[in-house]
Amino acid sequence: MGVGDVTATTLPATRGLPRFGRLQTIGLIYALFGAFLTFNVVPNLERVDKAVTFEPPPDPLTLSFDPRLVAAIIGVVFIGTGVSTFLGPRLERVAHYGLIVSTACIAPLIIVLALALSDTADTNVLQLMVESLRLGTPIALGAMAGLWCERAGVVNIGIEGMMLGSAGVGFAVYATIGEGTGGTWLWISILVAILTGGLIALLHAIVAVSFRTDQIISGVVINLLALGGTGFLRSEIIVPSGVSSGESTSTIALPGLSDIPIVGSQVFTQKPIFYAMFVVVALSWFVLFKTPFGLRVRACGEHPHAAETLGINVIRTRYTAVIVGGLIAGLAGAWYSLETQGGFEDNMTSGAGFIALAALIFGKWKPWTAFAGAMLFGFSRALGTRLQILGVEIGDFSIPSEFWQSLPFVVTIIVVAGAIGRAVAPAADGQPYQRSR
Amino acid sequence: MTDTTETTRERSGAHRFLDAYFAAAPVLVPVYAILLAFVVGGMIILAIGDNPFEAYWALVRGMFGSTDRIAASLGRSTPFIGAALAVAFAFRAGLFNIGAEGQLLVGATVAAWVGTFSFLDDFPALIAAPLVLTAGVVGGGIYGGIPGFLKTRTGAHEVIVTIMLNNIAVLYVRWLVSSQDPVILRDTNASVPRTEPLPDPARLPELVDSTPPLHLGFIVMLLLCVFVWFVLQRTTTGFEVRSVGTNPHAARYAGMNANRTIVLVMVLAGSFAGLAGAGEIAGTSGFLSPGVFVAIGFDSIAIALLARANPFAIVPAAILWGSMLTGAGLMQQETGLSIDVVRIVQALVLLFVAADVIVRTLFRVRRKASDALETTQLSTGWGSAT
Amino acid sequence: MAGADDRVPVLRVRGVTKTFPGVVANRDVDFDLRPGEVHCLLGENGAGKSTLVNVVFGLYQPDAGEILVRGEPVRFRSSSDAIAAGIGMVHQHFQLIPVFTVAENVVLGTETRKGLVLDLDHTRDRLRDIATEYGIEVDPDARVEDLSVGEQQRVELVKALYREAEILILDEPTAVLTPGEVDEFFGVVRNLVAQGKSIVFITHKLREVLAVADRITVLRGGRVVGTQDVEGATQQSLANLMVGRDVVFEIAKGPAEPGAAVLRVTDLGVFDDRGVETVHDFSVEVRAGEILGVAGVEGNGQRELVEAIAGMRTPHAGRIEIDGHDTTHKSPRDVARLGVGHVPEDRNKHGVIGAFSIADNLVLNEYYRTPYARRLLRNDRAIDARAHELVEAFDIRTPGIDVPVDNLSGGNQQKVIIARELSGDPKLLIVAQPTRGLDVGSIEFIHRRIIEMRDRGVAVLLVSAELDEILTLADRVGVLYRGELVGEFDRAEATRERLGLLMASGRVDAAAPA
Repeated sequence: MGVGDVTATTLPATRGLPRFGRLQTIGLIYALFGAFLTFNVVPNLERVDKAVTFEPPPDPLTLSFDPRLVAAIIGVVFIGTGVSTFLGPRLERVAHYGLIVSTACIAPLIIVLALALSDTADTNVLQLMVESLRLGTPIALGAMAGLWCERAGVVNIGIEGMMLGSAGVGFAVYATIGEGTGGTWLWISILVAILTGGLIALLHAIVAVSFRTDQIISGVVINLLALGGTGFLRSEIIVPSGVSSGESTSTIALPGLSDIPIVGSQVFTQKPIFYAMFVVVALSWFVLFKTPFGLRVRACGEHPHAAETLGINVIRTRYTAVIVGGLIAGLAGAWYSLETQGGFEDNMTSGAGFIALAALIFGKWKPWTAFAGAMLFGFSRALGTRLQILGVEIGDFSIPSEFWQSLPFVVTIIVVAGAIGRAVAPAADGQPYQRSR
Repeated sequence: MTDTTETTRERSGAHRFLDAYFAAAPVLVPVYAILLAFVVGGMIILAIGDNPFEAYWALVRGMFGSTDRIAASLGRSTPFIGAALAVAFAFRAGLFNIGAEGQLLVGATVAAWVGTFSFLDDFPALIAAPLVLTAGVVGGGIYGGIPGFLKTRTGAHEVIVTIMLNNIAVLYVRWLVSSQDPVILRDTNASVPRTEPLPDPARLPELVDSTPPLHLGFIVMLLLCVFVWFVLQRTTTGFEVRSVGTNPHAARYAGMNANRTIVLVMVLAGSFAGLAGAGEIAGTSGFLSPGVFVAIGFDSIAIALLARANPFAIVPAAILWGSMLTGAGLMQQETGLSIDVVRIVQALVLLFVAADVIVRTLFRVRRKASDALETTQLSTGWGSAT
Repeated sequence: MAGADDRVPVLRVRGVTKTFPGVVANRDVDFDLRPGEVHCLLGENGAGKSTLVNVVFGLYQPDAGEILVRGEPVRFRSSSDAIAAGIGMVHQHFQLIPVFTVAENVVLGTETRKGLVLDLDHTRDRLRDIATEYGIEVDPDARVEDLSVGEQQRVELVKALYREAEILILDEPTAVLTPGEVDEFFGVVRNLVAQGKSIVFITHKLREVLAVADRITVLRGGRVVGTQDVEGATQQSLANLMVGRDVVFEIAKGPAEPGAAVLRVTDLGVFDDRGVETVHDFSVEVRAGEILGVAGVEGNGQRELVEAIAGMRTPHAGRIEIDGHDTTHKSPRDVARLGVGHVPEDRNKHGVIGAFSIADNLVLNEYYRTPYARRLLRNDRAIDARAHELVEAFDIRTPGIDVPVDNLSGGNQQKVIIARELSGDPKLLIVAQPTRGLDVGSIEFIHRRIIEMRDRGVAVLLVSAELDEILTLADRVGVLYRGELVGEFDRAEATRERLGLLMASGRVDAAAPA
């Protein structure tokens, strides 16, 4: 956004002086936090063994541990990592590995501390992982929707609206025609949701690609329209239909895989859009990065004029990519109203589209890393819910549920602030293209 | 390329009319956009089997049907003016502030908190009320400054940061206002979660006792518009803001500090929203309850766009917006249509204003080089490489 | 040209007119290209050369006229039609995607596939064939952004050959090359002609026309003003034809009377945006009343050097002193306040705010000082008065001072910048690529102004990729090569050949007089 090079010019400090860059800042934070953990938090924890499980009860596979010991070990790792960042360039590799290990320790640490601070004795961590994947599903799909658009050079801030709109329309069809009773109409409604996403994306393409309106404004318009439109839909069509909730998609046990002990019944017994998400991510990667069509899409996102001089129709390519993105967003919408809820509420996507964008940026506009970003948010959401259930108390202060609910948003800000300076968007992302005449 | 095609035609009366017509483009485009939105909205009403004329007639009477309704409309518009200024001012610096909702909430919360200070009871209104409003300004300013700071320091795009800050503000304000253990800002005497009412000296006097009331905050907001216009057009700071918004590179070359300007603009924008939030607390209910100001962030964007980021044009745009929302109630009563019809019409207004090519083509309005928003492009990438 | 029929042109343009809103870019243009010839399209910036070839390449649709390829009338709706008809174009601004590899860039638009998957092996084979056939080597798997400008140009050429173009349009191909690379490039061009290709060569440089062309067509103001064989053409005759009046090549310039050093740069090291050190151990002195010209191929650290001196970029090593003050870590405003004028190389991006009025642009660097402001308040009356004064003094052709700068021609935009930067009574003037893309009239005007400043005792640092400009203006000349100053001599010793060698190789011994 214009002022980009303002930040780009902040360069490493003068040679010769002791360096205190980004690495050292992070190191210092880790070291201080590790010291706080080891010398302040751990001594105050109760001396009670806790456990993590990997199966639902009864008689689950269990791993017990002393939370004080685990927390102390992690604390020492943090301190070691922090110190290593200050030991000069020769230990820089060590410091980098330390940072990776330490960062990977954050999630286990939170679980361990939460267990230690609550009255509950154990918690199922495998289920937590599966829950993360499940809650990350619409975000990953939203990120793929954004990926398709932005790889073609169209910023899509309207993912949220596309998801919400298709969730609403999909359920409206399901409620009115399908009467919410599952079966074929459920599948048709999912298809309708997908197509609705495509239609809304078509609007985005018309406004942003053909009329060359500012793409961010176009996206905001879509979000507003979806909000008003689905509210209207709900009060005028869904509520009068009398079907406020319907049967949602049922779980499918993947043949073979679902028979694996422990994992099978939890990971490979899920609902269809959950599985479809993995397929969409893989296909997005394959098409965008392995096929001629993908090469053309990316060319339009990097240097549309160059693409045009080679006879590629930039406008058509951008339309196609934006609509494909919309279809994917439509699937994400179906996840809300037809796979999870079996119903529609106003603003039920509640900002997931924006989190998807953050995941995309975090993933540097690449499918698999964007997927990882989405799962990070899925995890922070699942963890928030889990911790809320555990009822964590620090002293007499029970941590309010709002704190846990805000976790994904806080993580988004941290991720965007931490990642974007180094992430490189497609060069022509956001630039309207006018065909030469 | 040379040979400018010169067209020296006879200046007939028709031509003069056309010239005046085109010169009015900045005004005409929004007017046509509103017209078009109502037409499309009418078709939707028709599609679900209602009479659009009846609905719109009820809507208009709901908006301006009596003095009381006019006052209520103006009262409803009051916070929109401040929130839209928060968006418009940031627009002029090339920033897209979606965070008006959060800034408004935080401003209102700080104002409500300051309102609980017991010494306020003994102060004259001339001190107490401005004190509460200032608290809103400070709260909103700080909350608005965060995305500005993060943008300049890390390059994080303000759109995403402000949206996240909105969500965070909603959650934490809800906690602050409704938490019973510990009690933070909650009025323990009230049955529903809300803050303690402001003491009388801190309340803004009502001008008309309508629902919602038209209070002094409306005048404050009008003055704020004048202030923003003055800053933008008459001060060197405003010149810097506009320069950074139009061409940040050239602004840097000319020795302007783009980063400082960005933070300053976001702080100021946040403080406008914060003032609006504090004004609402002090002017209407006198307390803050969770769940107020929902969707005001998007409304303010729409108003700012409708006004093409011009501080004076924001007043009529905000009044239109607020009055439509008050009028929607009567429409619902008389025709049974959902209030969301108004929401759809509003979104369509924004669509046709943003995609002004549609309007320009339909009504043959020529583009003028000096239209304000057209020089500010918001979405050139994500703030990474240029 | 084995067997080529000399009478049927491979490409013929008849009566082409192309209008843009308010401007006729081409008016009734006739042009033909014979098989196996190099036909130069010569004209000033804005004469309509690029428009014409964009019409031929299908990127623009002509308003009138027709195009014939090998005698057949054609209508190109897009560049793919032109490519299919055997036309290839090397654009002045490379149409390459930096993050793609060479092979991906080449294959884009004519992809081959293996099953569903993009197949680049075939492309690699073809690139190898092209390398042996035409002597143009490129590494298929290198990323384009890692290539030098010369290599990127080869990729552009290969893109056209890959599509089996018989007619090659080269739009200002030498603008980015060193004198040595230019000679090499002419070799490639001759080789292509020998292989039977026909070439349209666009340039505004007279020397190149005489070196490479078989025939010449001169465009002026969108019209063809003459077509002739290269025999009998001289630089002077072509220049007069191109400009439409007698052209003075030399600008009257007295000897310099240098005073004390105003700018002193020692051992400067600067990183670029990617953290690469593009200016390295750079030292120089510019004295009052002299013009130091820094020659060099673009991308050798010019941008970073100028930005560091102007305070836009913090150097990581060395010291910059302006008029006795250490400005190494000073902000652009602090530097400007010491009396430094700066004409940036990218006019539209850095020099002006296009949507703002001329008046606002003329005070862009001084808007906060008296009399243009009183504390925080703008003084529009003083700003307007200033604008009227400068528009008059610098001959800025405009209907009024409230006109947005975007509405001005490139020459007048540059005059706005020159007026602003020269009128502040500077001690030091940093001028980067001051006449890029301008017409001869504006170039003359700006050159005169720069010399005037020197005569008034201003120290001038001129950075330019145009060797002619350096040789016209500079009193002393240095060459920037890979971020270092590799040669520094008086104008009298600076011959074109010597500078060319230094620009190409950075070696002093190669440049020493034999």
